[in-house]
Amino acid sequence: MELRVRSLQTILTEKGYIDPAALDVLIDTYETKIGPRNGARVVARAWADPSFRKWLLQDATAAIASLGFTGRQSEQMVAVENTDSLHNLVVCTLCSCYPWAVLGLPPTWYKSAPYRARAVRDPRSVLREFGVTLQESTEIRVWDSTAEVRYLVVPMRPAGTGTWSEEQLATLVTRDSMIGTGLPRAPGTSL
Amino acid sequence: MSYDSQADLGGRLEYGPVVLEDEDKLFHAPWEREALALTLAMGATGAWNIDMSRSARETLPDYASLTYYEIWIRALEKLLIQHHLVEPDEIEAARVLHPAGRVSRILRAAEVPAALAKGSPTQRSPAAPARFAQGEPVRTRAGEVAHHTRLPGYARGKTGRIERVHGTHVFADTNAQGIGEQPQWLYTVVFTGRELWGTDAPSKLSVSIDAWEPYLEPAP
Repeated sequence: MELRVRSLQTILTEKGYIDPAALDVLIDTYETKIGPRNGARVVARAWADPSFRKWLLQDATAAIASLGFTGRQSEQMVAVENTDSLHNLVVCTLCSCYPWAVLGLPPTWYKSAPYRARAVRDPRSVLREFGVTLQESTEIRVWDSTAEVRYLVVPMRPAGTGTWSEEQLATLVTRDSMIGTGLPRAPGTSL
Repeated sequence: MSYDSQADLGGRLEYGPVVLEDEDKLFHAPWEREALALTLAMGATGAWNIDMSRSARETLPDYASLTYYEIWIRALEKLLIQHHLVEPDEIEAARVLHPAGRVSRILRAAEVPAALAKGSPTQRSPAAPARFAQGEPVRTRAGEVAHHTRLPGYARGKTGRIERVHGTHVFADTNAQGIGEQPQWLYTVVFTGRELWGTDAPSKLSVSIDAWEPYLEPAP
């Protein structure tokens, strides 16, 4: 594949369809600038600021844009909140739809057949593979991203963080906790 | 004419455990980075739209045996050939053999941040009022269609409830076929686990899809 992709790049460059410098900027953007730390800031703000939380749940696109995160694969956002009785899980059974502007590129497992096949049918066993065991009484809600709406899970704020700043709270928010396959870190666990 | 998507995986039973990876693992080889960038840069030329890309990927006959970025590259080659921007013998020879085609836009390095921040919003002004309201029961279309569609197999012919109304959006089914955006009302429709999977469904499960209005009928 290495050779095949390289020669395709040469053909497209020589034909004048692409600017090779743009390729470097695209790669650098998703390797170093746009990733799950964006989403962690959104969740931490929602935990710290009740009016932002309310805005996020009512109009996620606008609330997230207010922190500077917009655009490709996040044009229309919906935020869904976990509670003691409800756990949200996001999947794209048909391809790999994922909120790039807040979470970056999707992990390989998110795009893989086992996750896409099983998340809608047996989410509890999928969650167990991620080390998450929910109470039997917890309702599971799976969001299959079949159109251009992109979903962000707002996990529950960990106990014992009452005095924490937004920046500190953001360190507890993992990528998987914003997909629904994980829970936030507990205070005091090492990063 | 039949249309055979290899990508409609929801609910299939033959798969084993999910293979996990560290949060910072984005690529598994340098060429995967280039595959991502080439796909985005060619998408930005406007020669095709995202629904055509998804259709090109899901109809690769060997989809199931390819890795994710192999799928992207194979679909990119297919689209380039379909749109006469690259000819099959050029892919074969790995070099340019024919004059270039015409693209309406070339994404320059300096334009990348603004282009990504803008994205490609799919919401359009409604031409007619929404047929369904929040809370209403609906039934999804049961049959197969001979083109790209975003109604997953597991949710066909099922009864659910309108949970959210998202406005009118570019209709993937027509946009993928190159017959226009034909915007349609888009809804989140939620189903019980039992409706989708029958009596052996896990308890306390509900699943939603986002469905355009032509996928839906009032529940009988």
